[in-house]
Amino acid sequence: MACATRSTSRTADMTATLSVDRLRVSFSHRTGSIDAVDRVSLEIAPSECVGIVGESGSGKTQIFMAAMGLLPRNAQVSGSVRFEGNELLALDAPALNRVRGSKLTMIFQDPMTSLTPHLKIGTQLAEVMVAHLGVSWKDARSFAGRMLERVHVPEPQRRLNQYPHELSGGMRQRVMIAMSLLCEPSLVIADEPTTALDVTIQAQIIELLRAVRGEFGMALVLISHDLAVVAGLADRILVMYAGNVVENSIAAELFRHPRHPYTAELLKCMPSVSGPRLARLPTLAGQPPRPGELLEACPFAPRCSRAADRCRIERPQLSGSPASQVACHFPLTA
Amino acid sequence: MNNTLLRVRDLRVDFGAHAVVRGVNFDLSAGETVGLVGESGSGKSTLARAILRLLQPAQGSVEFLGLDLLKCPPAALRAQRRGLQIVFQDPLASLDPRMTVGETIAEPLKVFEPGLSAGARRQKVGDMLQRVGLSSEMSGRYPHEFSGGQCQRIGIARAMILSPKLLICDEIVSSLDVSIQGQIVNLLLDLQDAGMAVLFISHNLAVVRHLCHRVLVMYLGKLVEIAPCDALFASPVHPYTRALLAAVPHMPHAAVAAAPAAPGEPAASGEVDTPGEVDAPGEVAALDLTASGCAFRDLCPYARDRRPAAVRSRSRPLGRLPSFARDA
Repeated sequence: MACATRSTSRTADMTATLSVDRLRVSFSHRTGSIDAVDRVSLEIAPSECVGIVGESGSGKTQIFMAAMGLLPRNAQVSGSVRFEGNELLALDAPALNRVRGSKLTMIFQDPMTSLTPHLKIGTQLAEVMVAHLGVSWKDARSFAGRMLERVHVPEPQRRLNQYPHELSGGMRQRVMIAMSLLCEPSLVIADEPTTALDVTIQAQIIELLRAVRGEFGMALVLISHDLAVVAGLADRILVMYAGNVVENSIAAELFRHPRHPYTAELLKCMPSVSGPRLARLPTLAGQPPRPGELLEACPFAPRCSRAADRCRIERPQLSGSPASQVACHFPLTA
Repeated sequence: MNNTLLRVRDLRVDFGAHAVVRGVNFDLSAGETVGLVGESGSGKSTLARAILRLLQPAQGSVEFLGLDLLKCPPAALRAQRRGLQIVFQDPLASLDPRMTVGETIAEPLKVFEPGLSAGARRQKVGDMLQRVGLSSEMSGRYPHEFSGGQCQRIGIARAMILSPKLLICDEIVSSLDVSIQGQIVNLLLDLQDAGMAVLFISHNLAVVRHLCHRVLVMYLGKLVEIAPCDALFASPVHPYTRALLAAVPHMPHAAVAAAPAAPGEPAASGEVDTPGEVDAPGEVAALDLTASGCAFRDLCPYARDRRPAAVRSRSRPLGRLPSFARDA
């Protein structure tokens, strides 16, 4: 767990690859605005793999959409997102374009809609290098072929001349991974990279991510609603709930001693293919709060069995040791 | 068992030249919950729709309570469907956005029990809403006012209002978050206790394991293994089932079961049970389905070939050839 140790030492001389500080993302609509991400701070160290888990609507994707400048027009962003020391939120589009797609890349959930349907795979891959590295189309195409080989796409030369619809879902996701690696990124953000895939293909893509991480040494953010997917890869896991990071722990620690009641409930709720078969599945009563509700309280308080009066009036802040931080007034003890 | 509710024989569905369901046979008893698992494209949903005759199978028979639905004239089929309901995957898309949920749930009653008074209907709808864990006051609301999990309950309520004998659930928990998923599974467990038979289609093997009595494993339009749930998960027999189970990402169980590690010991739980060693099969190949032989042969580590040995470099000797379909 060398990476994990590195991530937790916050020495001044080592710049975090990505540093998010009090990031707030809100969306305005007819009657006001709602917060999707509520003053989130996090750091990702070089070559660290961080898993971001949370249920739909918890804001896990929006943090990184803000970092990539991909939020829709009605979004307001405040706070800071620094990538290798540079403030991303202050960059204009041309400056941002030099970073995203080359040093900071993203793999999306659905590889069909994130590839351009009318361009050949080879063209789409080569375009990235022509745009970012200024190489010739010919060189870019030949490098693209080699990259496809590195992500274990069979018959890479033939694939370069194919269109996305001619490839299977797993193959398309491999192409997306190849594309994200072309310019030797410092950070790859994989947003639910296996959710649209079958379980056997999912296992292959997780294996591939593990392998390319070892080979390329970049930092990796793995966003998923599935703790089990994240479990095999991440050094550190951030659990999000209602726009807040509620727990930030070393992966092994999180599974062994979850400290936030929500994390513990989430772990209990995941049915397993091994272990005892249960008469009933554990459930979590209630719903997550609607965005905008509960501004000053703990967002999990209404569903929490440990909630006390303090939880309903004071928002807990993330605190603790570097190995395990939790935003809870009454965290579970190991 | 002799109280067979559904008997599917040699069912075949073609989409143009493509055979999607290729000769499926299985029985489902009254009160039994049967899981149907397989990857996308294996034909699970098509099989479900063929059973309901929402699409016309090319051949075979679907006997429901002894009556072949595929040969039924339209009026008789309609009457039969009362006992045979389906809940779809996307909870919001399967509800009419312009109807209140009360109207949606009442609609099957209007069709099948036209004699019922409006008040009695309202009463039944209210009771049903309560049974699926919602409140009867919610009947005046529209689907967009509900969360995904609640919409799925409404879909189940609509299917249940006619007290069907068999409920077909097509990936009904797939679009739900884990914390909500358990609520729907527990609702199905309640229905199970009340004697309802369920055909539960899912790619989520963990949920299937907790819910089902028996499991059917489908691959490229064929059932490759049928086994009691516990047996299937404890000792899968078909190589495809094994690969499928091995590919499921496991969570470290440290949080639940394992003894706490001694301080100073290297943290291990992050690494355990990763699918690293899995011999996951490749992509579902564009297999020539008109050819003879096993559909899984190109990806199967145990496949043996009568063609020259060079063709099959990955083949491994198998000590004992298992019988694949246990009680098919």
